[in-house]
Amino acid sequence: MRLARVSYLGIAAVCGLLLSLASAQATNIQRVVSPGGIEAWLVQDTTVPIIAMEYAFAGGSTQDPPDKPGVANLVASLLDEGAGDLDAKAFRERLERRAIDLSFNDSREHLRGSLRTLKEHRDEAFDLLRLALAQPRFDAEALERIRAQVMATLRRQSTSPNDIASKRFFEVGFGTHPYASPPSGTLDSVPKISADDLRDHAKRVIARDTVKISVVGDIDPATLGAMLDRVFAGLPAKSDLKPIPPVELHVPPSRVNVTLDVPQTVVLFGAPGIVRSDPDFMTAYVLNHILAGGMTSRLYREVREKRGLVYSISESLVWFRQTAFVMGSTATRADRANDTIDTIEKEIHRIAAEGPSQKELDEAKSYLKGSQMLSLDTSSKIAGALLQYQIDDLGIDYIDRRNGLIDAVTLDDAKRVAKRLWDQRFLTVAVGRVAQPTGN
Amino acid sequence: MTQSFRRSPKASFAIFAFLSFFVALGSTVARAQSAEVQRPASFTLANGLQIVVIPDHRTPVVTHMIWYKVGSADETPGKSGLAHFLEHLMFKGTKRFPAGQFSQTVIRIGGQENAFTSTDYTGYFQRVPRDKLATVMEFEADRMTGLTLKDENVLPERDVVLEEYNMRVANNPDAKLSEQIMAALYLNHPYGRPVIGWRHEIEQLNREDALEFYKRFYAPNNATLVVAGDVEPEEVRKLAEKTYGQQVRQPSIPAKRIRPQEPTPIAPRTVTLADPRVEQPSLRRYYLVPSAVTAAAGEAPALEVLAQVLGAGSNSYLYRSLVVERGLAISTGAWYNGSALDPTQFAVSAVPKPGIGFPEIEDAIEKVIADVAQNGVRAEDLDRVKTQLISEATYARDNQSTMARWYGGALTIGLTIDQIVSWPDRVRAVTGDQVRDAARTWLEKNRSVTGYLIKDTTAKREDKRS
Repeated sequence: MRLARVSYLGIAAVCGLLLSLASAQATNIQRVVSPGGIEAWLVQDTTVPIIAMEYAFAGGSTQDPPDKPGVANLVASLLDEGAGDLDAKAFRERLERRAIDLSFNDSREHLRGSLRTLKEHRDEAFDLLRLALAQPRFDAEALERIRAQVMATLRRQSTSPNDIASKRFFEVGFGTHPYASPPSGTLDSVPKISADDLRDHAKRVIARDTVKISVVGDIDPATLGAMLDRVFAGLPAKSDLKPIPPVELHVPPSRVNVTLDVPQTVVLFGAPGIVRSDPDFMTAYVLNHILAGGMTSRLYREVREKRGLVYSISESLVWFRQTAFVMGSTATRADRANDTIDTIEKEIHRIAAEGPSQKELDEAKSYLKGSQMLSLDTSSKIAGALLQYQIDDLGIDYIDRRNGLIDAVTLDDAKRVAKRLWDQRFLTVAVGRVAQPTGN
Repeated sequence: MTQSFRRSPKASFAIFAFLSFFVALGSTVARAQSAEVQRPASFTLANGLQIVVIPDHRTPVVTHMIWYKVGSADETPGKSGLAHFLEHLMFKGTKRFPAGQFSQTVIRIGGQENAFTSTDYTGYFQRVPRDKLATVMEFEADRMTGLTLKDENVLPERDVVLEEYNMRVANNPDAKLSEQIMAALYLNHPYGRPVIGWRHEIEQLNREDALEFYKRFYAPNNATLVVAGDVEPEEVRKLAEKTYGQQVRQPSIPAKRIRPQEPTPIAPRTVTLADPRVEQPSLRRYYLVPSAVTAAAGEAPALEVLAQVLGAGSNSYLYRSLVVERGLAISTGAWYNGSALDPTQFAVSAVPKPGIGFPEIEDAIEKVIADVAQNGVRAEDLDRVKTQLISEATYARDNQSTMARWYGGALTIGLTIDQIVSWPDRVRAVTGDQVRDAARTWLEKNRSVTGYLIKDTTAKREDKRS
């Protein structure tokens, strides 16, 4: 459930997604700098005649006006709804006629975009992308149409236990910090957003100084350079972002309960974590696999397999630019919610106190190294990973260094970091039928 | 994304929906091989196991996927959910490899695994570094007949499945409506039963049920193996003969699955699901239509094109009419689930704008359909959606798992490799008249169930937020 959960929380980055790359292709990452000075990482691969590009601008919902959450989300939703001389209908028709996939989404800290095209329609694809970024229209017709869709989604989320839990988690954990601001906005804020708000946001965010780009597929460096200039060189040089202060996840003294009449109680739990640039990060990553990484993990075994308490249980490292935390998620029937939370806490306390065994550590390392090539067997997946490496400032040689970093994790490191990561109180949010006791 | 830990019927629906883009086809006339799709290698072992190999040498990884020709529609009445329950139990170990050993091995070598169940099939897969293919083949072949089950494993797993049910269905009014629509659409055919099962029947499933079902359906002659990735057919053949080749054919399994069929539908039906948590009403209608297997020549690709014209994206006819021009709806959609053994579903859906009633929405949907049934589709729209569908075949080649699912799903319901390979050509051949005829013949109200999702305002418990 990790991926699904991640996208729905709008989390910036989660470990399992990122740290693998096909070794065959890994060695062939090229840094392409266009004549106009736009940089991209490229993996050229002519096997299938397609091109996938992933890119990101710093921005996201943390740049929303405090009284108008939802602006960044609406911008992302409207960038492919008309640009330049083309209204929404004409723009979408141009894309669809050539089966070009062009999409945008926003997270808390980025405006992200994906482009996927057949090689034969490359020029048209890059042209339409240029238009979308440089001359979005934000027509009234499109704005009202998309606003209605966002409102429908928010109405639906207002009674969904997962969405309620996530919203509460961020509210309690981050208080008045922009990270607490709901990325899609609220039923109150979204009706207030104007086309000018969208234009203002787009102008502040879509600029050359923060853009990161990765490309995979059937395109050579010279051609890519020309395309990069065509798309990005005409954008403003500088973004205009408000600074986001550092913050630590707040853990209140007692459990947060939300009463909702549903058969299954949804539980989220979390605590302050370890930032991506911390020297302990890789150790934490290996440890997290032992606690929660798939079907042989401690949580899976104890909570699901032995006791049959839940169907899905996950825990992940999450990192933003100004904070990091661990976050877990599960769901169980109302009368077993306390058992479930107790079992999870017991396991977390146990690994915090004792650390993992040498065998667990060896097996986790073996998995994490072996799986490096696995999740990157498609152009879009590789492009997405390369983009994340750039966002995380890991360097173009990271893929070659990564397994060495995993190997270097020792049992002593693991024991020390297990304590650092898990020997603390957790923020627990439970949404369900029965008000839970408030011990923590 | 089927990144759920494993064993999810929803995941299989995702696969299902995806497959329907590719495998719908009607004509059996041989056509020139399409440039977009290379023909995979295929052979059959002496024990009846069909094997398909789809080379992709870009990354030293293989996807190993076994498909059993058994799904929820093959369950005995009263035992709904059994195919899916067994899928969960298949991870509980064999005589040779006790519980956990297979999964631990997959993890240790850096692999991934999962499984899925649908109405017509049950599948298991691993994605591993290429040099570990032999290892997972040995485990998977052993699991074909070697499963052992103990109550200490079975009973907690039933609780897990019930939590899965809670997550997918009980907590989700939308999913409950889908179940009700399917149950109303199928008067006689087992597609009316949910893949995950009815709750009261899941609760009663036990070890003996699972083993009996397993012995009845899991055998080499009732399976298809698909291996995609950095591997050559000859290597797969050698490994397969050593592993799967040792499994014994089970002659009692009939070559063809025969299920109770639907009578000709003669009355439109409606179902209304009211739930206090519904804050956004919505409507969808399922029509009973032919599948890629049961359709006449050319009909399935025409239905696929029709779904795309009606419901895909903001230039689709439903969206243009209901959302953009008339301002009645917030969103619309359409899909055709062609990848099924027996007659299947074509769906249209809409989310009304606040203040717009269902009758107005339904009337507007029917007008759009009637217009296509009367006048067909514009040539430029036909070209546009055909290009999109055909391009999907090229995009699919970028993903070895997608290719494995595409072939596995289609072969499991009885389509041939020729039919799969020629799919883009079949889409290309669809005419405006065929699309018109498909709408006229199949999107007929008597064939349909319309489902309404509304807020239940009579609920006693109040939802408090703290």
